[in-house]
Amino acid sequence: MNFLLTSQVPLSWFLVLSAVLFVLGIVGFLIKRNLITVFMSIELMLNAVNLSFVTFACQWHAVKGQIFVFFVMMVAAAEAAVGLAIIIAIFRVRATLAVDRIDLMKL
Amino acid sequence: MHLIVFILFAVFCLAGAVNLLLQTHPINSALSLIVVMTSLAVLYLLLGAEFLAAAQVIVYSGAIMVLFTFVVMLLNAGREERTLGSKAAKRIGFPAVVVILGVLSTLVLHVEGLGNAGPDNPITTTEDLSRVLFHELLLPFEVTSVLILIAILGAVALARKGHGDHEPDNKSAQEGTVAK
Repeated sequence: MNFLLTSQVPLSWFLVLSAVLFVLGIVGFLIKRNLITVFMSIELMLNAVNLSFVTFACQWHAVKGQIFVFFVMMVAAAEAAVGLAIIIAIFRVRATLAVDRIDLMKL
Repeated sequence: MHLIVFILFAVFCLAGAVNLLLQTHPINSALSLIVVMTSLAVLYLLLGAEFLAAAQVIVYSGAIMVLFTFVVMLLNAGREERTLGSKAAKRIGFPAVVVILGVLSTLVLHVEGLGNAGPDNPITTTEDLSRVLFHELLLPFEVTSVLILIAILGAVALARKGHGDHEPDNKSAQEGTVAK
């Protein structure tokens, strides 16, 4: 128990966690059939990449890695706003969110 | 202490991500994504990124997920129907997923010289972060504000009612029948 309280976490564990989260995001992108949950899987992948950025910033004691994560967050916020607006526009025309029925670019 | 917190929140994180995949209702997926993002904030704290942990909670699990749950409720999104998906996803996608996971984890586990995250690691304070952000990286920061502005305008233009051809057509068709 004392080992658990004093020991440190290897940074490679964070990187493995980040890889697993990224892969779960890809699997979600492939198997989910709802437009909103597909979009959520993309957010999950972005978060996984952010985790590895922060891990490497911790490894090299570099502040710029964390600033990059900050920029990724801002871009993700913009992307979420535009993406959800597109989803609302699609829903208004097609009246469905199932990706199997949204297979034409033409409205 | 760090090891216990890491294991606890990594398990939360993975459980939330797996639950996101297993749930069929979008609102449940959104809530499990909030769990993932909040536990990631704790992991950022373990890595000494205190500003990013706060920003993760405020921006991701606050603003972005509120937007998601808002849209799920606005569109009254129901239970998703599970279909088999495309053959390309099955034949190329899932093997590619396994390959990506294998390559990434073997690479990461064989890299020499990766350190540890522990109590003696230096914490990047908000002051350190803002010193670099507002001195060296001021131009990218300002460009991002322009990006956000464009995104707001784009979101408003896209979600505005009646910008497509459909509703005006219906209206003119109705007017036509009324005139007849």
